[in-house]
Amino acid sequence: MSGQSSGCGFLMSVVVHGDSVLNEQEKELNQRLRRLYPAVNENETPLPRSWSPKDKFSYIGLSQNNLRVHYKGMTPRHTQAASRVLLLHRYMGIGLSAQGVNMNRLPGWDKHSYGYHGDDGHSFCSSGTGQPYGPTFTTGDVIGCCVNLINNTCFYTKNGHSLGNDLRQQSQYPNLYPTVGLQTPGEVVDANFGQHPFVFDIEDYMREWRTKIQAQIDRFPIGEREGEWQSMIQKMVASYLVHHSYCATAEAFAKSTDQAVHEELASIKNRQKIQKLVLSGRMGEAIETTQQLYPNLLERNPDLLFMLKVRQFIEMVNGTDSEVRCLGGRSPKSQDSYPGSPRPFSSPSHKASSSQPYLPGFDSNCCNGVTSNKSHSSSPHSHKPCPPGSGSTLPASDISLNGSRSQQPISSSDVDMEVDHFTNGVTESSSNGFLNGSSKHATEPDDCDADMEVESAQSKRQLCGGSQAAIERMIHFGRELQSMSEHLRRECGKNSANKKMLKDAFSLLAYSDPWNSPVGYQLDAIQREPVCSTLNSAILETHNLPKQPPLAQAVGQAAQCLAIMARTGSGSCAFASVDDYLH
Amino acid sequence: MACLLEAPLRISVLSEVTATSRHYVDRLFDPDPQKVLQGVIDMKNAVIGNNKQKANLIVLGAVPRLLYLLQQSSSSLELRTECSVVLGSLAMGTENNIKSLVDCHIIPALLQGLLCPDLIFIEACLRCLRTVFISPVTPVQLLYTDSTVIPHLMSLLSRSQRTQEYITQIFSHCCKTPEHQTVLFNHGAIQNIAPLLISPSYKVRMQALKCFSVLAYENTQVSMTLVNVLVDGELLSQVFVRMMQRDQPIEMQLTAAKCLTYMCRAGAIRTDDSCVVLKTLPCLVRMCSKEHLLEERVEGAETLAYLMEPDVELQRIASTTDHLVAMLADYFKYPSSVSAITDIKRLDHDLKHAHELRQAAFKLYASLGSNDEDIRKKITETENMMDRIVSGLSESSIKVRLAAVRCLHSLSRSVQQLRTSFHDHAVWKPLMKLLQNAPDEVLVMASSTLCNLLLEFSPSKEPILESGVIELLCSLTQSDSPALRVNGIWALMNMAFQADQKVKGEIVRCLGTEQLFRLLSDPDTNVLMKTLGLLRNLLSTRPHIDQIMSSHGKQIMQAVTLILEAEHSIEVKEQTLCILANIADGNTAKELIMTNDDMLQKIKYYMGHSNVKLQLAATFCISNLIWNEEDGSQERQDKLREMGFVDILHKLTQASDPNLSDRAKTAMQQYLA
Repeated sequence: MSGQSSGCGFLMSVVVHGDSVLNEQEKELNQRLRRLYPAVNENETPLPRSWSPKDKFSYIGLSQNNLRVHYKGMTPRHTQAASRVLLLHRYMGIGLSAQGVNMNRLPGWDKHSYGYHGDDGHSFCSSGTGQPYGPTFTTGDVIGCCVNLINNTCFYTKNGHSLGNDLRQQSQYPNLYPTVGLQTPGEVVDANFGQHPFVFDIEDYMREWRTKIQAQIDRFPIGEREGEWQSMIQKMVASYLVHHSYCATAEAFAKSTDQAVHEELASIKNRQKIQKLVLSGRMGEAIETTQQLYPNLLERNPDLLFMLKVRQFIEMVNGTDSEVRCLGGRSPKSQDSYPGSPRPFSSPSHKASSSQPYLPGFDSNCCNGVTSNKSHSSSPHSHKPCPPGSGSTLPASDISLNGSRSQQPISSSDVDMEVDHFTNGVTESSSNGFLNGSSKHATEPDDCDADMEVESAQSKRQLCGGSQAAIERMIHFGRELQSMSEHLRRECGKNSANKKMLKDAFSLLAYSDPWNSPVGYQLDAIQREPVCSTLNSAILETHNLPKQPPLAQAVGQAAQCLAIMARTGSGSCAFASVDDYLH
Repeated sequence: MACLLEAPLRISVLSEVTATSRHYVDRLFDPDPQKVLQGVIDMKNAVIGNNKQKANLIVLGAVPRLLYLLQQSSSSLELRTECSVVLGSLAMGTENNIKSLVDCHIIPALLQGLLCPDLIFIEACLRCLRTVFISPVTPVQLLYTDSTVIPHLMSLLSRSQRTQEYITQIFSHCCKTPEHQTVLFNHGAIQNIAPLLISPSYKVRMQALKCFSVLAYENTQVSMTLVNVLVDGELLSQVFVRMMQRDQPIEMQLTAAKCLTYMCRAGAIRTDDSCVVLKTLPCLVRMCSKEHLLEERVEGAETLAYLMEPDVELQRIASTTDHLVAMLADYFKYPSSVSAITDIKRLDHDLKHAHELRQAAFKLYASLGSNDEDIRKKITETENMMDRIVSGLSESSIKVRLAAVRCLHSLSRSVQQLRTSFHDHAVWKPLMKLLQNAPDEVLVMASSTLCNLLLEFSPSKEPILESGVIELLCSLTQSDSPALRVNGIWALMNMAFQADQKVKGEIVRCLGTEQLFRLLSDPDTNVLMKTLGLLRNLLSTRPHIDQIMSSHGKQIMQAVTLILEAEHSIEVKEQTLCILANIADGNTAKELIMTNDDMLQKIKYYMGHSNVKLQLAATFCISNLIWNEEDGSQERQDKLREMGFVDILHKLTQASDPNLSDRAKTAMQQYLA
């Protein structure tokens, strides 16, 4: 009989006639399975948790939550086998088989079936004749089976000791199920699919393979000529900087790494300007500027315009939008509290530049957002260009460059750093003071939060900044928005996303304190980021530039690749998570 | 200085090089201390990685001057530090460099330097000391000559990670004997070094671990202390287990496994403790696998062999773990045929380790097969195993020969193997050859193996006899080593068992009665027991008894008397009484007892002894004397009746021991018939 579906390798052990208490420890089981099968998506490929009551022969009985198997037949089956049944040797086999094999036979005897038998210690590989493999086993022994999908090997364990790879079973293991076969009357087998700790130290075994895979990744050869790799990384970094409009940094980086920037500086600065407006909540100005600088863009993208307008409405509620601000609301702190552009991967540290190793001609002072102050001594080859996930929702992370990685809490000395950067010879033409490189994550304690708290302590946050005129403007704007929505639906058909967006935004008005309402999250500054990113991508697309930076794309591809590996049963993906390289 | 360079031959070659080198040395003598300092710094930069320059400077006499500057309290700390750095650099060169440095008394000078309070200077001195002490040419005793050194080093352990690394490294290289272990132990090595096992520095952790492995080796006192040590609230054995985790560097896993192995062998950890059975043993088996470096495989196999040597359960587990028996067969495949063609460097590396690998594999096989018959069978069935042992026996390397013969010895404990594979492969031939001319340690093993090959059921017995083994064995009985004497006489004993008259005569003739009786008074009980065994085997079957007793009766009776009168163990006396019983079985030999009233009194005494075994043997003897069907049995029966033996026999028929009462009843029947 066999256990339920297995996805990506499996482990099990059987206690021959053990009488362990089988209390339900679902939580422990689930936790253990998650640890043991990090890459298995159980929605697609559920892991075996007990024996399948369907896939069994009639002489087999199940009990103890389908974990205990016993033999109900009165006489030993299989005449050819019966002669081999000795009193001392229980006739029993454990192993693997594909679905649909004959359940009236011991594992290993038929095609797509593999087994290790207790009476002679032989291994059977789709054949009635076994080969010497391990010791015999009998009552009281704990036998385990482990399939390694990285090197496609299988080994059994006896009482916690590995018996070594079963070389005959070195093949692909697509969709095999753990199987146990009995044919001695009264025989009982208890199974452990992870309900209890395994006697064999499987965690230690996994540690070894994790280390191996990671070493393999670290030592992966990166092409014949080192310069190519370096310049590719530099291009990726540069394009990332340009994409997110780290204008001065991008320029300095390009200069020191000797590459061309594929977008005009003015264009980058325009995008930066718009992004800054969005991120500081000044949506009205942002929309206006976009229309000025990129005429037709919003006309061609009514959904985008709608989204921007909804955001503007939210910012009005917040009291940050320029239209309500000029109507007597308090002056927003937003520009200072939410400086810069979309989230970069890390904040720079000017202190680091003197001590960290870097490639020749690579001035780390200039590579905003990618410097580190904690240098790993790994070689430049070993680094992985692993920027965070795709699209607008970039996870908080830094990238590693130069083999060095950094993760540092964002300090409140951002301003100092900026000054430092400006004095670092970065040519600065804009008077707008680009706040290069300083970054804020809402998930981390930063100035933004601090400011807000201070504000709320001083005066309670009020709708539209507390100005009556502003509230009227907001309500009027809301009506316009409503009619725009209706117009959109007539023109372009129903759009549930738009509908929900509007509904959520209007819901803010239903609460006396929208900030502390269930829909209050919309007022959070972090919600500006997806909007900002979508707008940025749209602008870039009009210039025939990629809407995603190659760096983000590479990360997305890597993650996707791992997911595909997991689905096809390529085991090493279990120990290679993109997140491990993004700190 | 520089006197060596006056030789004209050298000047032509070296003049240019030495001119610059001489300049460096000359600058050490500048009256301006600032210039001296600059000179030392320049010298430091000049010697790094340049062995030729190092040798030149040593020849030119830089060392004594540097040492002088280092020791001078008037020198600035900076100068003294730079001096020790240069000396450390010189020590990094060849072994000859180290010898020169040691000859210049660098060690006491640097040890003296450790008394300085300045940490930078201390670290420089320690680094240099470390380099000197880890060289095989440095006598480790130099660390122990001044008894204040070890305690001072212990106190420096708290100063910095560097001092920790260097000092523990010095300790682990300089702890070679039980005396060294005791000195370090008495100065608190365990308490001082244990916390370093959780140091943030890998190097410190590793060196501390190495220290424990050399401290615990065959040392019960250290091992017993170690099991109770806590490091940050955790038992030391658990710390070692963590260091054996499979994601740790191999060096660390291996050394931690060694520590636990030594603690286990010293009796501090039980062999069935899970940290041995489920952690140490599997870890060591893993070390034997192909994926590791040759050195690691050697160390892994040797350590594993040592771990399970005394425990059959560990042997059984190891024999089924990861196909160990088959895995070891790979140890014989170096240098591999592939490496010979493709890669000279690899070939060289393989060749260098080939002997080590083979001896390690033999050792591990020996250990695996020392108790369990099934494992022995598995070993002999491994591909070409017997051929490998046979060729191992005649290898040039003594280590391999010794290990091969150990392996053979272990397998020779199997009756089945003696009857089959041993005979098929004529292992006795190389074994005999090995016995001709070998060091004692090899001889002990080889002769011990020979003992088994001479067992009665062994088919190899005949050809061995024909090869003139008796003389060889007799010469072994004259060895100074008790182990060799035992093996020699043991082999003779086995050989004499159920042997024909010719062989027995040959043994007696070759050994000589004088040597035989010398062995009967051997201080080693084992030798005595086996000699008695030999006598007993010689004195079996009636014609043999009569013949030997007719020629050597007097001496034998004398020896028997002596042994029975002396203080000996029950086993020795029992064996002697059995000899007497054999003598009583002879036709003419009987009379030697019957005419010896003193002897009869002794037999009577032992029939009433409190030990059943002795009673049984003595009764057996009397029973032989009074046996009916033989000539003169009536007279003997009468005489013995007169001496009161019947009463004793009668009493013994009531004995609680069934064997004894049966024997007595049988004897009584002789009177009734």
